[in-house]
Amino acid sequence: MDAGGRAEIEVRGLRKAFGDHEVLRGIDLEVARGEVVCVIGPSGSGKSTLLRCVNLLEEPTAGRVFVGGTEVTDPDVDIDAVRRRIGMVFQQFNLFPHVTVEENLTLPQRRVLGRDGEAAARVARENLERVGLLEKAAAYPAKLSGGQQQRVAIARALAMDPEVMLFDEPTSALDPELVGDVLAVMRGLAGDGMTMMVVTHEMSFAREVADRVVFMDGGRIVEEGPAEQVVGAPRQARTRDFLTRVLDPAAAAPPGPESAADRADRAP
Amino acid sequence: MTSRLTRRQRRRVSQGVQYAVFAAAVAAVAVLADWERLRNQFAQRDLARELFPEIITTALRNTVVYTVSGFAFGLALGLVIALMRLSSVAPYRWVAGVYIEFFRGLPALLIFIFVGVAVPLAFPGTEIPGGTYGKVALGLGLVAAAYMAETIRAGIQAVPRGQMEAARSLGFSHARAMVSVVIPQALRIVIPPLTNELVLLFKDSSLVLFLGVTLEERELTKFGRDLASQTANSTPILVAGLCYLLVTVPLGFLVRRLEARTGRAG
Ligand SMILES: Nc1ncnc2c1ncn2[C@@H]1O[C@H](COP(=O)(O)OP(=O)(O)OP(=O)(O)O)[C@@H](O)[C@H]1O
Ligand SMILES: [Mg+2]
Repeated sequence: MDAGGRAEIEVRGLRKAFGDHEVLRGIDLEVARGEVVCVIGPSGSGKSTLLRCVNLLEEPTAGRVFVGGTEVTDPDVDIDAVRRRIGMVFQQFNLFPHVTVEENLTLPQRRVLGRDGEAAARVARENLERVGLLEKAAAYPAKLSGGQQQRVAIARALAMDPEVMLFDEPTSALDPELVGDVLAVMRGLAGDGMTMMVVTHEMSFAREVADRVVFMDGGRIVEEGPAEQVVGAPRQARTRDFLTRVLDPAAAAPPGPESAADRADRAP
Repeated sequence: MTSRLTRRQRRRVSQGVQYAVFAAAVAAVAVLADWERLRNQFAQRDLARELFPEIITTALRNTVVYTVSGFAFGLALGLVIALMRLSSVAPYRWVAGVYIEFFRGLPALLIFIFVGVAVPLAFPGTEIPGGTYGKVALGLGLVAAAYMAETIRAGIQAVPRGQMEAARSLGFSHARAMVSVVIPQALRIVIPPLTNELVLLFKDSSLVLFLGVTLEERELTKFGRDLASQTANSTPILVAGLCYLLVTVPLGFLVRRLEARTGRAG
C-alpha cells in the first residue's frame, strides 16, 4: 500500500480489544502534513486508545497505522526509531521527577538521539524559551504548577524534533486558570505548521485551531469534518447530544448523576 | 456495673496503674538481680580497656567490611533478580521466584555453612576470590539479594506507569527507559527499606563465627567470644554488643528519618 506522499498519519481499519472488550471497532483516519485534527467524544469512546495506537503504546488487534510513510504496525519496524518522530503529551504530564526541568529535556536527547551535552542543552533552552519557561530550567518538576509542567512536557517532546505531535487531553488535569497558557503554546505550534492530533474537551480550542474535528463514540468515528461544521452544526444526533453536555453541563437533563460521576472520575 | 467515673478520671486511673506496674518491675529487677556478680562478669573496666584499640581497628572494621561487601553484592544480585522477576520471559520469572523463595526460606547460617563447605567441594580448585572476605560477601549477599529483590521489585512497580510510557514515547528502548528513568526513581523509593536491610546484614555478619577465620579476619562477635573465653570473663561480649549498637542505633534513626521524608514526598 502506498502510504507515502499523502498523509502524515494514516490509520486503516484499526481495531483494538482488551480481552473481549472491543474498544476500537474499525477506525479509518488520515491526518495531512501540517493539519490539526481534534478528536472529541464521550468518556470511554476510545480516544486515548486511538492516540496510543498511533505510536504503538497500545498494540492494535487489527488494522494498520502509518506515520510519515512508515508502517508503525509492521512487526519488523524499529519502533523506537519511529517514536522519535512522534511527540506525545499526556494528561498527567509524566515529567521525570528525579531530574531538573532542563534535564527532562536533555536526557532523552542524549540517551535517544545521542546528542552531546552542549547541543542538547542548547536545544533544551530553545524549547523552554518557546514555551516561556526558560527561567525554570534549574527547577525540579514538583516545584512547578500543573500548567507549567505541561508546557515543559510539550517542550520535552519538541526537543526531539518530532514530525507529528499527539496530545491526550493536555489540559484536563489543570486548574481552569492554567488552561490558557497551555492552549496558547499549542496554538503557536499549530501556527508553525506542526501536524497535530489532539484529544480534547476544549471546544473553543477545537473550533479555533482545528482544521478538522473527529467525533468518536463507542469505538467508531461517528462524524468528522471542518470544526465549524462538527462543533457548530453537527449532523448526527449523538454528536449534538454530546456537545450539549460538554458545552453546558448544567443544562443537559439526563443522565444527571451519572455524568456528574463521570466528571468526578476524570478529575485527577 | 456502670462506673461513675468520667472519661478523664478513668484515663487517669488507667495511667496510674500502668506506671505503678512499671515501677514495681524496675524495683524488682534492681533488688533481685545480683548486681555484684553481673558487674564482675560483664563490666570489668580493666579488661574492657585492654580490648582497645583492636576491637575497633580489627573487629569493628571487619564487621563493616563484611557488611558492606555483602550488601554491595546482594544489591547488584537483588537488582538482577528483581528485573528477572518482572521480565516478560517466563523462565526468568520462574528462576527469580524460586531463588527468592529458596533463600528466604533457609536460615542464613545454613547458607554460610554451604558456602564455606560445599562450594570448595563442588568446584575443586576454584577458590572464591577474596578468601574469607569473598566467602562472607557471598554468604551474606546471597541471602540479602532474595530480600532486596522483593523490595526493589515493589519499588519498580511503585513508579507510575506513565513514566515508562513517557520514556517509550520519546524513543527510549525498554532497557534504556528502565536504566535512565524507572530504576533511579525506584531506588529512591527503596532507600529506607534497603537501609533497614543494611542493619540486618550488619548483625548477620556475626555468622562469620561459623567459618574458620584467622585472627586478623575476626569480626565483633567472634572477637568478643574468643576474648571472653581467653579471659574467662564476659566483658568482651558486652563491649562487642556496644560496638554493634554504636552503628545500628544511628542507622535505625536514619531509616526513620528517611521514611518520614519519603512519606511526606509521596
Ligand atoms: N489497558 C486497558 N485494559 C483494559 N481496558 C482498557 C485499557 N485501556 C482502556 N481500556 C478501556 O477502553 C475503553 C476506552 O478507553 P479510552 O481511554 O480509550 O477512552 P477515552 O475516550 O480516552 O475516555 P476518556 O475521555 O475518559 O479519557 C474504556 O472502557 C476503558 O475502560
Ligand atoms: Mg482518554
